[in-house]
Amino acid sequence: MTEPLIYEISRPGRHADYLPDLDVPETALPAEGVRADLPLPELAEIDVVRHYTRLSQLNHSIDTGFYPLGSCTMKYNPRVNEVAARLPGFAAIHPLQDPENTAQGALQLIFELQEMLAEIAGFDAVTLQPSAGAHGELTGVLIMRKYLYEERGETQRDVILVPDSAHGTNPATTSMSGLRVIEVPSDARGNVDLEALRALVARHGPNLVGLMLTNPNTLGLFDENVEEVVRLVHKAGGLVYGDGANFNAILGIARPGDLGFDVMHYNLHKTFSTPHGGGGPGSGAVGVAAHLAEYLPGPVVAYAHGEDPHPNPLPRGEGTDLFLPFPAGEGRGEGDWDEHDHDHMGEFYWTMPAKSIGRVKAFWGNFGVLVRAYTYIKMHGAEGLRAVSENAVLNANYLQARLRGVYPIPHGDRTCMHEFVAQGILAGAADVNTMDIAKRLMDFGFHPPTVYFPLIVREALMIEPTETEGKETLDAFADALIQIAAEARAEPELLKTAPHTAPIGRLDEVRAAKNLILCAAPVCLG
Amino acid sequence: MTYIPNTDADRAAMLAEVGVGSVAELFHDVPAAHRFPELILPPALSELEMLAELRSLAAANWDVQMTPCFLGAGAYNHFIPSVVDAMLQRGEFFTAYTPYQPEISQGTLQAHFEYQSMMTALTGMEVANVSHYDGATAAAEAVIMALGVARGKRCKMALSPTLHPQYRAVIYTYTQGMCLEAVGEDAPLGDLAALAARIDDETACVVAQNPDFLGRLYTPAEMQALADAAHAAGAQFIVSVDPISLGLFTPPGEYGADIVTGEGQSLGNALSFGGPYLGFFAMKLSDVRKSAGRIVGQTEDAEGERGYVLTLSTREQHIRREKASSNICTNQALNALAAAVYMAAMGKHGLRKAAELSYHKTHYAAGQIDALSDYAVVGNGPFFKEFVVKCPLPVAEINHFLLEEYGLIGGYDLGQDYPALENHMLLCVTEMNTREQIDALVEGLAEVADAFPHPNPLPEGEGTSANLPLPLGEGRGEGGRGEGNRRQAND
Repeated sequence: MTEPLIYEISRPGRHADYLPDLDVPETALPAEGVRADLPLPELAEIDVVRHYTRLSQLNHSIDTGFYPLGSCTMKYNPRVNEVAARLPGFAAIHPLQDPENTAQGALQLIFELQEMLAEIAGFDAVTLQPSAGAHGELTGVLIMRKYLYEERGETQRDVILVPDSAHGTNPATTSMSGLRVIEVPSDARGNVDLEALRALVARHGPNLVGLMLTNPNTLGLFDENVEEVVRLVHKAGGLVYGDGANFNAILGIARPGDLGFDVMHYNLHKTFSTPHGGGGPGSGAVGVAAHLAEYLPGPVVAYAHGEDPHPNPLPRGEGTDLFLPFPAGEGRGEGDWDEHDHDHMGEFYWTMPAKSIGRVKAFWGNFGVLVRAYTYIKMHGAEGLRAVSENAVLNANYLQARLRGVYPIPHGDRTCMHEFVAQGILAGAADVNTMDIAKRLMDFGFHPPTVYFPLIVREALMIEPTETEGKETLDAFADALIQIAAEARAEPELLKTAPHTAPIGRLDEVRAAKNLILCAAPVCLG
Repeated sequence: MTYIPNTDADRAAMLAEVGVGSVAELFHDVPAAHRFPELILPPALSELEMLAELRSLAAANWDVQMTPCFLGAGAYNHFIPSVVDAMLQRGEFFTAYTPYQPEISQGTLQAHFEYQSMMTALTGMEVANVSHYDGATAAAEAVIMALGVARGKRCKMALSPTLHPQYRAVIYTYTQGMCLEAVGEDAPLGDLAALAARIDDETACVVAQNPDFLGRLYTPAEMQALADAAHAAGAQFIVSVDPISLGLFTPPGEYGADIVTGEGQSLGNALSFGGPYLGFFAMKLSDVRKSAGRIVGQTEDAEGERGYVLTLSTREQHIRREKASSNICTNQALNALAAAVYMAAMGKHGLRKAAELSYHKTHYAAGQIDALSDYAVVGNGPFFKEFVVKCPLPVAEINHFLLEEYGLIGGYDLGQDYPALENHMLLCVTEMNTREQIDALVEGLAEVADAFPHPNPLPEGEGTSANLPLPLGEGRGEGGRGEGNRRQAND
């Protein structure tokens, strides 16, 4: 089942007319520099609709089935988010239009989201500018570096400790920031190895920028010694960076800021339900403790009432009366903004943090993503968010319990958080590996878990069910994995040749990298 | 509101299977003193209540569907055919993630392969990746790639002063841990020869924008001369370009660009207050292994059936970790899909028409404004859809008047970034602006000049003769908002 390329269905002279005729006098085009040919396809609109509709049908997606891709938090994407982001007052506003007179609603939304994210993770200030988790990491590490270099004058510090279980983005971010990576091993229980950490801190202490820690980590485990880990790094003068990829496990359960983390990025596209979009857009908002607030990229939104500018952020809890477009109890949502309260206008404004690392992106961030995350948080409230994490963790533990004894689970003796890591290693089926199991899962209508990650677990299968799946789905997935384990012993070929029901068979990735075809004919001669 | 399907009975059965008595017990690893903090958040809302709140917040913003807009400066109000969002709203596209499992991700992979192909066609280059976060970060990644091509042995980057000020700011931020020193921003505005004169054998790259931030369109010969100067010194030539302009004008691949980047928002993506957009990135095939970002390649399955996979991933962070070409992981995939559907729907003829309408309407507007006695269109070269107007009053005052009296969103205040261009406005006109809107803008500009006393009317006869290049002055594009983040070399 394949679909022709868009250039293959193009026909010379075919087109749709979306634009009107010119209503002003023509001006001569420049004598030089008008292009001779524009090799784009020529199609009728129905060709476009059928092409992309058919292509969409070749995808697995959350909407079409279970998607337990570890560390990616593939939870249901509420449709109200899509309606929200498409309201003309959000979707059709220019980033540079007058913020005081024409964009107060947008600034208020950004301000409230900054405040709510700060509260949820226990930080003092938040920027919404970074576009994705890795972008947030770069932001956070540049903040740490600048703070240590400029606030403390410790420009010799150039080492970041990264646990061996970390996402690849952590070490990549470190080198992009001009710093060195030193790896920290994990201990037998899946925590940061405290003895090794002590030795590394002793050795690199004066050069330590800090530690990047994912907690819960990529084994799905909440580090049992997290407070000691943070203490050791702080004692050496370093800072602790939190990778928020796994934040879905601890909403209302623990706040990284309370545990001593100095800075953390949020993945709004994971934890706060904004769609993953086939690989983005995301949002990698960054929260920091008070001592780093002035280093945030900006501008950020601040709030002032009349002549009384408020600090950004507000002291804890003080912002709750701002969390409504209208003061509480006054017919929320009724009536028109302009009729309601003119004094409200002009209260939200852009401000650049005094010691900012600078911009990390043009304009203000992925605003359309922010609208969705804002909607999600406000519809959940404090109790709803805690229920999200409780159910995500219960679902993962239930799946882990059902698969225990069927697949090896290196830390299966522990309670997992929102995900766990099993291994595609089956006694009596030596030829079968994790990739075979993953491909066979497709025949049951499931997206495979994250495979071969984390790197410290051989043949890893990293399974994250999320809270938006019901028990029947989890049971069907566990049943499929149990059946596949049996097939691996009885009919390994069934796994080796899988998938059997996908739109296409296993693709030759080596060939793709060797004989590069990165562009379709006739643009590029194949 | 909740999206959790499990019932109390489900939870009880699951807890029994897990072997614990309560959900709270699952969190015993969290330090007790910090377990279950009280979150101070507003009360949860139903969908009905939430939508009402969102509508009132949205209604507090002036949107360009109701308000004629002459603001550009890096984000553009172009027409988006309805088919674009209809395709984007297919859940199979927007609720999938990075296509790590190609057998069940052919929709995303093929759509991105086609995006790469159409972007290659548009830019005249040999290969394009699936996207960066926006035009600014794409430019920054291009600079870092050029540094990599020079194996870290060249530590200067020549930045055109008319590269978007925010792009320059992002390049500074991205490179603050690297050896790079910026040169060229003191060159007179619009003077590519002066920029070329700043290039030497320590220069890793030259970054220019065409049309530039002030709307000026350089000829292929002018751009080729800058490319030649870069190449003669062994530097990479990076061009940031407006994709709509490429519907009409010579692509950078034909005037010596090594890397072409730009903001792809104009291709079918909503203004959305600045994001999500997409940074496009196109290059030569010989450089692709040094580049950052996701790339889709064509291959076959065991039956010889054509299919698509993410390829060259050995450059990427999940394989190479600290040796990766960048840390980028999640990109702007859905925005790239929007750009692809837009290019397919508009096609060869539609994109050219969008560019032609923008060109003619912009020149009509410029002519009408230049004819006003108190205003002058500044610059001596061709332009595409933006142009600079010298105004008799502060730009903010004019814009406020246009908004209040004419219901129009006016232009960008260039004095924010270029001290020498105080009281200069950057206006943008696209196919979205009707003649009626343009005439209203011209009338409003005339009226505000008459309504408010202003000390320095333009000298008689000054019009299009008011020339760029202008001296840039001391500010060098750092911006009135203090965003420039200019830094010392070798910090």
